[in-house]
Amino acid sequence: MFSGGDTFVRKLSTLNRRVFILSLAKGIIFTGIVARLFSLQINENKKYLTLSDKNRLREWRLPPIRGQFLDYFGNVIAGNLKVYQLHVVPEDVDNFKALMNRLREILKLSDKQFAKIMKKKNSQKPWETLVISENLTWDEFSKINFYLHDLIGAKPVLSVARNYPYNETFTHVLGYVGEASENDLIRNETIKQNHVAGLRVGKIGLEKTFENYLIGTNGVQRYEVNAYGKRINQLDFEEGTKGQDIKLTLDLEVQKLAGELLGDKAGSISVMDIYTGDIIAMQSSPSFNPNLFLYGISQQDWNLIKSNPLKPLVNKTVYGLYSPGSTIKPIVALSALENDIISPKNTVLCTGKMEMYGQTYHCWKKKGHGYMDLRNAIKQSCDTYFYETARKLGVDRLSLTAKKFGLGNTVLKGTIGNEKKGLIPSTTWKKQQLGQGWVLGETIITGIGQGYIQTTPLQLCLMTAQLANGGFKIYPRITVEKNQDSLEKIKFKMKQSALTAKEEINPIRKEVKEFFNIKDKEYQTLFRNPENIKFVLEAMWGSTNEVMGTSFGSRLKDKKYQFAGKTGTAQVKKITERHRELELKAKDVPYEERDHALYVAFGPYENPRYALSILIEHGGSGSTTAAPMAKKLFKLIIDRHEEREKARSKNFSLAT
Amino acid sequence: MYQQVSYSDQYTFFQKLRSFDLVLLFCIIILGIISSFSMYSTDGGELLYHSKSHILRFLIFFIMMFFFSFLSIRFWHAIGYLFYIVVLGLLIWTSFYGVTSSGSKRWLNLYFINLQPSELMKIAIIICYAKLYHRLQINNVNQIKNLVIPITILVLPILLVVSQPDLGTSILIALSGIIVMWLAGINIKYFIYTFLTFLISTPFIISFLKPYQKLRILTFFDPDKDPLGAGYQIIQSKIAVGSGGFTGKGFLKGTQSYLEFLPEKHTDFIFTLFSEEHGFIGSTFLLLIYAIMIFRIIKIGSDTRSFFGKLFCFGFGSAIFVYVTINMSMVLGLLPIVGSPLPIMSYGGSSMLATMIGLSIVMSAKIHSRQTVS
Repeated sequence: MFSGGDTFVRKLSTLNRRVFILSLAKGIIFTGIVARLFSLQINENKKYLTLSDKNRLREWRLPPIRGQFLDYFGNVIAGNLKVYQLHVVPEDVDNFKALMNRLREILKLSDKQFAKIMKKKNSQKPWETLVISENLTWDEFSKINFYLHDLIGAKPVLSVARNYPYNETFTHVLGYVGEASENDLIRNETIKQNHVAGLRVGKIGLEKTFENYLIGTNGVQRYEVNAYGKRINQLDFEEGTKGQDIKLTLDLEVQKLAGELLGDKAGSISVMDIYTGDIIAMQSSPSFNPNLFLYGISQQDWNLIKSNPLKPLVNKTVYGLYSPGSTIKPIVALSALENDIISPKNTVLCTGKMEMYGQTYHCWKKKGHGYMDLRNAIKQSCDTYFYETARKLGVDRLSLTAKKFGLGNTVLKGTIGNEKKGLIPSTTWKKQQLGQGWVLGETIITGIGQGYIQTTPLQLCLMTAQLANGGFKIYPRITVEKNQDSLEKIKFKMKQSALTAKEEINPIRKEVKEFFNIKDKEYQTLFRNPENIKFVLEAMWGSTNEVMGTSFGSRLKDKKYQFAGKTGTAQVKKITERHRELELKAKDVPYEERDHALYVAFGPYENPRYALSILIEHGGSGSTTAAPMAKKLFKLIIDRHEEREKARSKNFSLAT
Repeated sequence: MYQQVSYSDQYTFFQKLRSFDLVLLFCIIILGIISSFSMYSTDGGELLYHSKSHILRFLIFFIMMFFFSFLSIRFWHAIGYLFYIVVLGLLIWTSFYGVTSSGSKRWLNLYFINLQPSELMKIAIIICYAKLYHRLQINNVNQIKNLVIPITILVLPILLVVSQPDLGTSILIALSGIIVMWLAGINIKYFIYTFLTFLISTPFIISFLKPYQKLRILTFFDPDKDPLGAGYQIIQSKIAVGSGGFTGKGFLKGTQSYLEFLPEKHTDFIFTLFSEEHGFIGSTFLLLIYAIMIFRIIKIGSDTRSFFGKLFCFGFGSAIFVYVTINMSMVLGLLPIVGSPLPIMSYGGSSMLATMIGLSIVMSAKIHSRQTVS
């Protein structure tokens, strides 16, 4: 026991000494751990709390409900429809493949649809909702509910989707919505902020223009999630706001009638209030059903629309460029009168053709009109008279007047994207753009609206409206604006404008105005002498309401409905001598070579309020094809006038 | 007087029962309760598999410890080498017939329990050394022959454990062995030499490490480099502890663990969970319990008469200290992540068994403090 007592004591003392040293070290190290705990849990607590919240909280954004489009009378023309959808969250499904195969049987999905769904599934996170079907029929929906017990993980839900109740009636004005593309997100910050998978955004038309008003804001569901992103419980729910409704100036009934009148012909109809500038109808034909685009259009439907030679995808009212033909004649006449080139009493002998510098210019009437004065020339649309007038007037003066009345510029100023400006030629334009000098012959054909001149149907409508209101500038619009002048106020302002018009012509005043950057007065006068405007309007009345007038056949006798207009027939192809001799009927000429038929009009004549323009592509002559449509339109427009005024005062009081 | 001493060499059952160390027992029971509640929390507030089997194991092994404590310290001395040899045998057996799980062959399937012999080796090496140095004279400790044998005894199991591979446990075995050797009186210069050699050979050792082990060491130095990959555990653990704050998020309210952001929360990261739920106060309290436990074991060592008993207690106390320090430093981001359980707290039968055996030897040294070992 005590053997080697001395060494044993040494052994023990070494042990005790070393244990003591070790215990000190342990104390220091434990203090170090406490210090570390202190630094993490007390000093940096805030930082780690934030990190922990970032870990566990996740937001799910819900698609916002899109604002609606209403017509002037409050009818919903682009709304939201309740739709039945089928959702699956792949993460919550035990046997995804089996479920999919079962759904495939029930919904009778094609191989293509099935492959598309599977592709979508692979491109998203397992906890994100997979939309199997966006629009179940009632039959499918009830079938799913019937089998729901063995479809664990499938969720039939009620959702909202865009719907265009009048199908193709408003397609070209409203455009349509489709799933937001990469491009939409880059282009529009608001879309990016509110984006959720499957969000529909405006692709074209007003749906696109007013995207930021229509879109609304997301609802937000905040969930606690685990490390794998699975939702554990909902912490709060923020309801989104619905997008703004937008009221348009369009009249559903007129728009519908315009669509019916155009039928399957290619063409365009626009109707405008000549004082307020409200666009009452704006139809382009052929149209297509925008509802087809909601869930991705089928290849077959798309091909059908795309390959249609009548170009249903083009909104001809604002994108279509056409020679105005004889519908320009009131402007040519006005320009000549305003510039004191001719007097209404000037007569010209029309023999059916006119020789000038070795060129022959034909009148549409082969036999000739005989002696024509200006009123008769407008009424009977005598080409020879206007060749002569244009020659005297010159293209530059004509171009100034035409531009004043709204040709050669956009009408809606960007409300509908990429609206075409058209072209009003002048000598400087030709020099700059084509590098060639102007030729007199070109002036002559410009006088009957042929040659370089190009206008959109909506511009012709604005032109007619500004003539009809007595020659005052108006501001066309398609949405109901908050601050609008009352009719009385507009008329008053126009009167004021006419009173001060003479002073405006003073060049010093003009300089001063430009120097101080004073804005043009509202409802600016577009004429020098109001008698000239009156004369042109009266001649247009003759054109429609007197024997020999070009649209006499389409007149309405009742004073209440009586309208005045001007026909136009725009050549598409230069008519050769041979053709002229053959005297071909329209139906004998190939479709693409037939003339465009045009008609512009305003009414009621006694107290004008509305203007319209009609264009039928390759429709033959304006008087036979286009003018009869105006008759039906004016009947309806004027019948609906009272109601519109009522709605107007209602909208007006709403706005203020 | 002499007679009294020789008489008191033998104890009656009630004498033994009376001399149980109540402070140590109290610490063990407190840890048992805390660990049971923590395990209940890892099960998401339900009495599921982990919590049930942890509580069961704790009870069984605690009772086992209680009865083992009655065994005389002489018995532990007598089986010192045998114990080591048996565990070494089990390790060798494991390397042939072990159960492979997550790429490492650490377990023996004994049908009623999956035994991890490397955990037992943590205790075996201390018993073996205590016996070895008990018999050596202090003068002979630093002789070459008496250096070679203990080193061999240490290196053999380490090689076996490293090859499983299990870096964490082999480091713990090495550290407890080295501490006992130093306590026994081996000249400090040998440790310095070894340390220097180790430093020089580090590049070679690293080339032998498995890629995942290398990655762990690299991510320790910069966990933010790959926050979703290898650095994930350290970052999430720090977030959990840090977000606990002063008083913690509350029992069963640790979002980090409840929402499964914490990896291995019932084993190596049990302290993280505890710390998130009970904050700085709770963590410091737990650390205090361990400190009292270690202090108590050292105290028992100083009071016991036999050198074997002393060395074992000092060695085991230090080993507990090493386990706690390495585990906590690891989850607090002070050391690289190596698998190392927190004694009693962590889920794991073998670790619990080894700890309880160690504690029963300590208790035996307390009860038989006047007993000498020849």
